[in-house]
Amino acid sequence: MSPQLTGHLHNPPLLAVHDLCVEFATRKGTVTAVRSVNLQVAKGETLGIVGESGSGKSVTSYAVMRILDRAGRIAAGKIEFGGMQLHDADEAMMSDLRGREISMIFQNPRAALNPIRPVGKQIEDVLIRHAQATHDQAKRKAIEALAKVRIRDPEARYHAYPFELSGGMCQRVVIAIALACKPQLLIADEPTTGLDVTTQRAVMELVRELTRSEGMSTLLITHDLGLAGEYCDRIIVMEKGGVVEQQDTAKLFAAPAHPYTRRLIRSTPHAARNIRDLLPEDLRLPPPPLLSVSDEPLLEVKDLVKEYAPPGGLLQRLRGRGGAKPFRAVDGISFSIARGESVGLVGESGCGKSTTSAMVMRLLDATSGSICFKGGELTAVPAGEFARSPLRRELQMVFQDPHESLNPRSTAAQSIADPLLRLEGMSDAAAIRDRVEALASQVGLPLELLDRLPHQLSGGQKARVGIARAIATRPELLILDEPTAALDVSVQAVVLNLLADLKAEFGMSYLFVSHDLEVVRLLCDRVIVMRAGRIVEEGPAARVLSEPQAEYTRELLAAIPRPAHLAGHAAATRAVNA
Amino acid sequence: MSQLAIILARVLQAIPTIFGIVVVTFLLTRALPGDPAAYFAGASATPESIAEIRARLGLDQPLPLQFVDYVRDLASGDLGQSISTGQPVATELLRRLPASLELTLFALLLSVGVAVPLGVLAAVRQDSWIDQLCRFVVTAGVSLPTFFTGLLLVYVFYFLLGWAPAPLGRLDMLHIPPPQVTGFLVIDGLIAREWGTAWSAFKQLLLPGITLALFTLAPIARMTRAAMLQALASEYLRTARAAGLSSGRVLMVYAFRNAMLPVVTTLGMVFSFTLGANVLVEKVFAWPGIGSFAIEALVVSDYAAVQGFVLSMAVLFVLLNLAIDTLYTLIDPRVRIEG
Repeated sequence: MSPQLTGHLHNPPLLAVHDLCVEFATRKGTVTAVRSVNLQVAKGETLGIVGESGSGKSVTSYAVMRILDRAGRIAAGKIEFGGMQLHDADEAMMSDLRGREISMIFQNPRAALNPIRPVGKQIEDVLIRHAQATHDQAKRKAIEALAKVRIRDPEARYHAYPFELSGGMCQRVVIAIALACKPQLLIADEPTTGLDVTTQRAVMELVRELTRSEGMSTLLITHDLGLAGEYCDRIIVMEKGGVVEQQDTAKLFAAPAHPYTRRLIRSTPHAARNIRDLLPEDLRLPPPPLLSVSDEPLLEVKDLVKEYAPPGGLLQRLRGRGGAKPFRAVDGISFSIARGESVGLVGESGCGKSTTSAMVMRLLDATSGSICFKGGELTAVPAGEFARSPLRRELQMVFQDPHESLNPRSTAAQSIADPLLRLEGMSDAAAIRDRVEALASQVGLPLELLDRLPHQLSGGQKARVGIARAIATRPELLILDEPTAALDVSVQAVVLNLLADLKAEFGMSYLFVSHDLEVVRLLCDRVIVMRAGRIVEEGPAARVLSEPQAEYTRELLAAIPRPAHLAGHAAATRAVNA
Repeated sequence: MSQLAIILARVLQAIPTIFGIVVVTFLLTRALPGDPAAYFAGASATPESIAEIRARLGLDQPLPLQFVDYVRDLASGDLGQSISTGQPVATELLRRLPASLELTLFALLLSVGVAVPLGVLAAVRQDSWIDQLCRFVVTAGVSLPTFFTGLLLVYVFYFLLGWAPAPLGRLDMLHIPPPQVTGFLVIDGLIAREWGTAWSAFKQLLLPGITLALFTLAPIARMTRAAMLQALASEYLRTARAAGLSSGRVLMVYAFRNAMLPVVTTLGMVFSFTLGANVLVEKVFAWPGIGSFAIEALVVSDYAAVQGFVLSMAVLFVLLNLAIDTLYTLIDPRVRIEG
């Protein structure tokens, strides 16, 4: 953000890591997770470490905190922090420093808090440990800390348990714990992964404001280049345990030196003009052929409603407290999907987008409303019996987590063959194998991987298996529920392109459920924006994302981290491409 | 939902369970081979006298009628008459239940006192000697049958060393039982300030208690170790460490309290199965508990006694589950919401 801070680097840095190597003892022998990493964080500076999974970015930060798990150890190198040697410091010294001088915030904030201890008590624990408060003042100080991270009604929230708070609120509590003792360095390890964009923005702004006002340094670890670009002064790019590039943010985006950095920047959807831009430069494919969208609707949803009974047990119902209103997850929405069209269903968590897709897929029964597919009424068939309906073949789904959605005991080939056996009634083993191999090559899955089990496949390969399984019966409508949310950006780029190609090849329609507006922009013709069970805006993707009409859509778009540098880079690529 | 409401709901939920148990035990005892009238009449009985006894016991009635009679008696608190002892079943159970409870509670206290620290240490120092010790104790505990460990302990501590008293019931001949307050002889002895009696009762309790404790140690230690390992690997523990909390606090407040949740559940299960299954220990130590009473009743088709035993175990089980659930709502705030 502010390159003027680089001048401070002449002073001794707050944190200096020299030639750090971290090894893990595994059953298959020693694995080097971090190799000769050098980095420095100046006082008041925000340094970003960007990389994909397995790049060693989190391990580096755990090594700095000396909280590697039992199997990990610092094999070589030095870690200096404010003149102290951390790499060989004893546990007593480290535990004094942690939380007081160096703090950390984590991914998945709800799991990062003790589930059975009130959040206020958890803040008190830190204050008392580092002698920032006595037992008498601890409560007052903990409430102050909660107020500082802008938690409304901090006195009441002091007694709350993590499960009673939203993800964003939990992350604020984690930040309050981390900043309670005003440390000099804050390490943020994927602090906003899994949070909604608007929550992400609020959390990041809060971190930036609090660290700046205290003159703290920050180490931001993220897979999201856009996020790092917006909030960091300098960025380190890591790949496979090593640093590939280290640069001021503006320079990194303007002139990425390392091919891996270039690939990473390309795969970030913010900058891409079309879906092919996400792929590495050397992989020039022709743009996917435009599919003529017919006027004939394939799916028509009218006044769809899903209600859930209000919380409360048997006893409350017996006492006749049934007066509470049922919760409407989906509140009377209508939309249609034409043949060959792909529609993006966008919104934040809890907006009802997944419930909607589950009702269309007939995994859930609708409370009221109609779902008309190919002229047939789907709601007439109860969800439990839909598996036997002839329409079932025409409707398939790709799930969010490519790993969890595959049977761990089935090989890739068995998973892909499953719909052929159950929905098409195929029984000839040789014929099935032929179809499975044809499908595998269509989704770009090497045939020799077909006999592997899910845990022997990479994330991208598992995603391909999930897609091959979904298209096995040549469905007309494919429901994609955040199919790339769990994947690294470079893998996401490939999978999105595969989906675009498959759609063109088979003339399928897509209902693409996502929280990522940028991905929707690249893949979808039309966008539906949902909030609190209702549709707030609907229209052609290009129009909705460039000239949003609804206030909420504008908010969503504004919340996406979009560093100026990245936009500049996009403009540059556009100029080159033109 | 308030805690009280949850507890009330649990009690209500137990009613159908108990009724089901009444029906099933009634039918099962009737389906067992053996004729109580023939047993009661003795070896030299004539068919006429057997028929007469059968009529007196009401066993000549059709099953539905017998059932109605049984339920009517139950409703008035009458569990029937035991044909083998001639006493009312309720009196018999009330006399023997405290003996079983005293033994089981003492054994559980012992085994929790050993198993929980052992499991915690084994998890904290994974793969150290204490972990190996834990593994050994767990394996030994599940693989050695209680009658074997019981006999071994008697052989070593009574026969060879002479440290323990003769394994003959709850109290040696020299002492008279203290006035009954709780039914637990050790506690009653202390209440009555009869120190010698309390001490003697305690000595009698020691060997059977250890035998049973060795057996119940295994599941508790195993579960504690597993739950601790899980808690130690959790993300909130990493947060606590990253905040610099002292290792004692991290272990006790953050890891141990969370690890207690599954341990409490296991404890409930272990308690209920030991209470019913310590027949072998009761036999070895001539302990006048309900387990041995039930077995004897079953052998002679003493319907009323068997039914009374099963029913009282069911009620105990329901009460125990209630206690566990209450404990759970106290430890885990999340349960209060889900109800």
